[in-house]
Amino acid sequence: MRYLSIYKTIERATPPTQEEMDRMGQLIDEGMKAGWLLGTEGCLPSALGARIRHANGKVTVTDGPFTEAKEVVGGFALLQAGSKAEAIELCKRFLAVAGGDGECEIRQLYEAPALAER
Amino acid sequence: MTAPDTHRAIEAVWRIESAKVIAGLTRIVGDVGLAEDLAQDALVAALERWPESGIPDNPGAWLMATAKHRAIDHVRRDKLLDRKHGELGRDLEARQVSPEADLHAAIDDDVGDDLLRLIFISCHPVLSTEARVALTLRLLGGLTTEEIARAFLVPVPTIAQRIVRAKRTLAEARVPFEVPRGPDRAARLGSVLEVIYLVFNEGYSATAGDDWVRPALCEDALRLGRILAELAPQEPEVHGLVALMEIQASRLRARVGPEGEPVLLLDQDRTRWDHLLIRRGLAALERAEAFGGALGPYGLQAAIAACHARASSPEETDWTRITALYDALAQLAPSPVVELNRAVAFAMAFGPAAGLEIVDALTSEPSLKNYHLLPSVRGDLLAKLGRFDEARVELERAAALTRNARERKLLLDRATHLGESS
Repeated sequence: MRYLSIYKTIERATPPTQEEMDRMGQLIDEGMKAGWLLGTEGCLPSALGARIRHANGKVTVTDGPFTEAKEVVGGFALLQAGSKAEAIELCKRFLAVAGGDGECEIRQLYEAPALAER
Repeated sequence: MTAPDTHRAIEAVWRIESAKVIAGLTRIVGDVGLAEDLAQDALVAALERWPESGIPDNPGAWLMATAKHRAIDHVRRDKLLDRKHGELGRDLEARQVSPEADLHAAIDDDVGDDLLRLIFISCHPVLSTEARVALTLRLLGGLTTEEIARAFLVPVPTIAQRIVRAKRTLAEARVPFEVPRGPDRAARLGSVLEVIYLVFNEGYSATAGDDWVRPALCEDALRLGRILAELAPQEPEVHGLVALMEIQASRLRARVGPEGEPVLLLDQDRTRWDHLLIRRGLAALERAEAFGGALGPYGLQAAIAACHARASSPEETDWTRITALYDALAQLAPSPVVELNRAVAFAMAFGPAAGLEIVDALTSEPSLKNYHLLPSVRGDLLAKLGRFDEARVELERAAALTRNARERKLLLDRATHLGESS
């Protein structure tokens, strides 16, 4: 089964330190080697992003930064897991390395109908 | 966390961590079977303690530490016995290490190396293919005996026995826990790739039973292949196999119709192909090709699969390139099945008569006598040439030979409706 993990955290003004990047690099390397990580990316500051919304037949675009939100999307990971419990365990691992407050929302992705939980 | 939640979480941790734990322990105790027992003991300890104490922050390290303590106890006990009996004690002394020191060295060492060793030992040629498959799924895939039995449609005790015997065989043959080097390496790697692809194929096209695919096995095989590709990145055929599996798996959801009936490659809705897997497959193929040498059998099959993956409609398929790739494959790994596929490609590139010529040369091939795809392909080509009576006989024969109920129905439908649409 495949899960999308959306990481949300409080946006900070400083880029990650070398040490933080190394620790995350190690986890990513481990995930790739163990086959549970299919892909992952981290986001640049929300100031560079925008929200595009369609409502009542009208499209509105709001440029970042998204200062009103407590937590913003900080990155995503595409996980290969044998069960939802497994995906949860993997996210715990990620959050421990990411440090600080934050949350992963996991969503199972649509695949062939036969891909049921074992 | 409720008790069932904790239980599920422990199972999840086990699935993620067990291969690493078993690999590390095997290096310490030198015996795969014993290592698995010790790892299982640690799992039992977790099942007893975690529901009360909560799941530790680093559950993998907890399992490893617990198993490690048991391993130390075991080695000490053995060492005491060995004062009387010999072998292991002298071994340890010859290496001039205490069990503890050895252990810490083992833990500190690269986990990846141990995993690679575990893959090679699970797929060791001293074991039968069936035993290799069961042991690999159990030790590296983290599957239970019940899960393996269900996937292969055999009774649980059969698999359990297969695994027990495999471990005993490895111990009796004193198979070293190492990554093979030198001339042995190619053959040993071949055995590993064979096991992984066999697991994949078992999932991809169940040879028996009414389920057209048992995709969980495809996922297990893909996972093993991806692990291997990162642990042994210098092997082009590993990337070739991964590319082949990724691209084939990309068609999983397109190859079954709404009624559960099989949909053949050229009839598939290509928008339903999994483009993430196609991208991964093409990237793996590039890695295999980047070595600059000629592609091996898996690389060639991946290159053929890639020709289909790159075409957004059947008409855009580069059939001429596919025939060239099949020519290369037929030289490198000649087999009647490759020859049959080559015939299909020739028919697409140069017309049904060209394909039929190759197929007709195969009809006396003894190994294809009961292979349903031979009459199935021949029936198709005859139908394209307007020879419907001969085609019907072939399609009906194919239907009688296949063990897949849904495929049988598809073949009989085609036999009944011959000539109607063409």
